[in-house]
Amino acid sequence: MTEQFRDGVIVRDPFKRLSDNEVKILDKASTDILENLGLQCFNEEAADIFSKNGCTVNKHDERSWLVKIPAKVLKDAVSKAPSKVILGARNPENRLMLDADTPRIYFGSGSETNIWLDAHIETFVSEKDRSKKKQLAVYTQKRGNIERLSIAARLAEQLEHLDFFIRPVNIQDEEINENNHDVNKFYYSLNNTSKHVMAGLTSLDQLDNIVKMAEIIAGGPEALKENPVLSFITCTVKSPLEMVDDATQKLIEFSKRGLPFVVSSSPQGGSTAPIQEAGMVAQINAEILSGIALSQMVNPGAPVIFGSVPVRARMDNLHDMYGAPEFNQYNLDCVQMARYYRVPCYSTAGVGDSSVPGMQASIEKMFTHIPIAMSGAQYIHYAFGLLDRTNIFCPAQAVLDNQHIGMIKKFLDTPKLGEDDIETVMGQIIKVFNSRQKLYARFTRKGLRDGSIYSHYPFESDGGDGIIEKALAGLEEILSRPVNSLEEDVQKKILEEVPGILSQ
Amino acid sequence: MDSTTLIDDIKTNVIQGRVTSDDEGFDEGFEGKPATVELVEKALEEGVDIKALIVDGLTGGMNIVGERFETGVYLIPDMLAAAEAVGQAMDILSPHLESAGVESKGKFLIVTVKGDLHDIGKNIVSIMLKGAGFKIVDMGTDVATDKIIEAVETHKPDFLGMSALLTTTMREMPNVIDGLKSRGLRDNVKVLIGGAPTSPEFTEKIGADVHCADAFQAVDYTNANA
Repeated sequence: MTEQFRDGVIVRDPFKRLSDNEVKILDKASTDILENLGLQCFNEEAADIFSKNGCTVNKHDERSWLVKIPAKVLKDAVSKAPSKVILGARNPENRLMLDADTPRIYFGSGSETNIWLDAHIETFVSEKDRSKKKQLAVYTQKRGNIERLSIAARLAEQLEHLDFFIRPVNIQDEEINENNHDVNKFYYSLNNTSKHVMAGLTSLDQLDNIVKMAEIIAGGPEALKENPVLSFITCTVKSPLEMVDDATQKLIEFSKRGLPFVVSSSPQGGSTAPIQEAGMVAQINAEILSGIALSQMVNPGAPVIFGSVPVRARMDNLHDMYGAPEFNQYNLDCVQMARYYRVPCYSTAGVGDSSVPGMQASIEKMFTHIPIAMSGAQYIHYAFGLLDRTNIFCPAQAVLDNQHIGMIKKFLDTPKLGEDDIETVMGQIIKVFNSRQKLYARFTRKGLRDGSIYSHYPFESDGGDGIIEKALAGLEEILSRPVNSLEEDVQKKILEEVPGILSQ
Repeated sequence: MDSTTLIDDIKTNVIQGRVTSDDEGFDEGFEGKPATVELVEKALEEGVDIKALIVDGLTGGMNIVGERFETGVYLIPDMLAAAEAVGQAMDILSPHLESAGVESKGKFLIVTVKGDLHDIGKNIVSIMLKGAGFKIVDMGTDVATDKIIEAVETHKPDFLGMSALLTTTMREMPNVIDGLKSRGLRDNVKVLIGGAPTSPEFTEKIGADVHCADAFQAVDYTNANA
């Protein structure tokens, strides 16, 4: 396979919140946590692996072991994690190269929300003056299902600035159960987008079926290794510092098979982790490192991604709060920690606390999108359509997010200061200086046409819910485009060989 | 090249907004080829009918540019590029217009008033009007009221366009109008005003003829009153 990847954007001189010394302080704090305090491990095989690799493992209670990882053991194990992880795609042009040493950023969707938010526009008439009317959005909450997951994947396929797909909506069809959940969510994602598909695994029993599906799509076991069209997320640690049985078993299995996966942790500052930045980052870093270390003890070089989803608690209801300054602090620090360990970073940005799309949602999203993008995090998830923290997915908001992320990518693009560029602009300056009208307007034409110059905000409106109306029009147009499905023979083979896929 | 082909080429280059051969144009594949200026010079050498050149080539091209702008295919820079091409063509043709029997659509004196150096808007109006076939006398920026009145007396324009960006400098506009009145010139010239702080209310208050929020309104007004 050719070395073909989505461009993403390489961020020059990524923004650093922490000094090099502060990174070392946090590394030391995390190391101390794992060496001296340890973590409570509920998975027997993991406890055994830790023990065989030089960790101190003692029975903690009937169901768990206390694992203490010496600093050197931790460092050696983490250093074996590859700095480059390739995430494949049905369309090879959509493959992703995650390189811990290169701040190339990709944006994608995420969170398995339970609510799908539809919107339509209605005309409202003033009670005081019947001649006064307003166009306002009316929202309808629906439950996630296979049909809506398929629509979300079709949308993801078409959104130019979405680089990877993590399903943003759960499937809750009546026929869905623990045994067929995984095959259906992966199949209907992969059948509707040719971009990389990542998801959690509900049942380890289904891993063989998922791998079989992936092999059929990629063209066999060897082809899948070169082009892993899907990957996994595993949250091995329940904060604070409890390595859970089920997710840890999945980590071990993914590692053995060399399948790419994210070791993710999502403590909540103020409830399951300290609210203070130093405490939060020391803890989440320890939690993620314990998973990465375990993966490398199982299979040195296993393709693993540093998954940081630190959030902050809102203190009037203990819900997550994404539009908070601390959210950025936590996440920015984690990006630097991942870079320090030379492991690609799965980071988080673009969640609105607002429960409806539009202004508040977009402000909150941009508040995290911009700094996290500037930090050079390789894989930024949760970036499309999420509202009400991570409880709602709204396709119209995803269309707006696509526009905003495009603007961010453009703003972070490499400066064009080559000899040709300078020669071109000097020519313009000379021409305009010698002209009567002193106007550069006509020199913008080429860039406006080829998209290298930003035109204007396509959703601008005169107020009311004009922005939503335009986003809905955009959504309708996008979803009217042809669906990029798997080839028919591939679909047929999957349906024949992988049990449990429901027909639509 | 026969004259019809030459006029068609000029029209194409106006549509492309190409002034000289090093301009890229709107579509691909034009760079390096002769553009409006070179083609108009060639047309003059070959004795092409100037009236046909202006009507079918320049105006015909601008009409299509206008349609493309209306339908959203073209943006302001495309419109300005085309207008600039026509403007430069008219500069080349101007010594020959009278003998060719071509009447100007009118003379437009344009100026930014005293104390104000902001002239982007004025320049855009100037380009657009020139592209629309008006003879432009551009007095530049920060021009004293007396000078403007003298110029109206000397050039006898059909239109006077005044711009100001500042609330402090727009106060010069009524002084110009009062000066024109006192010299008996006001009825000979239509007065257009524009610039961010100006408004229809201000226009009425100072006794100007029309407020133009943008260059298109200026072109529409002058075309309608030419």
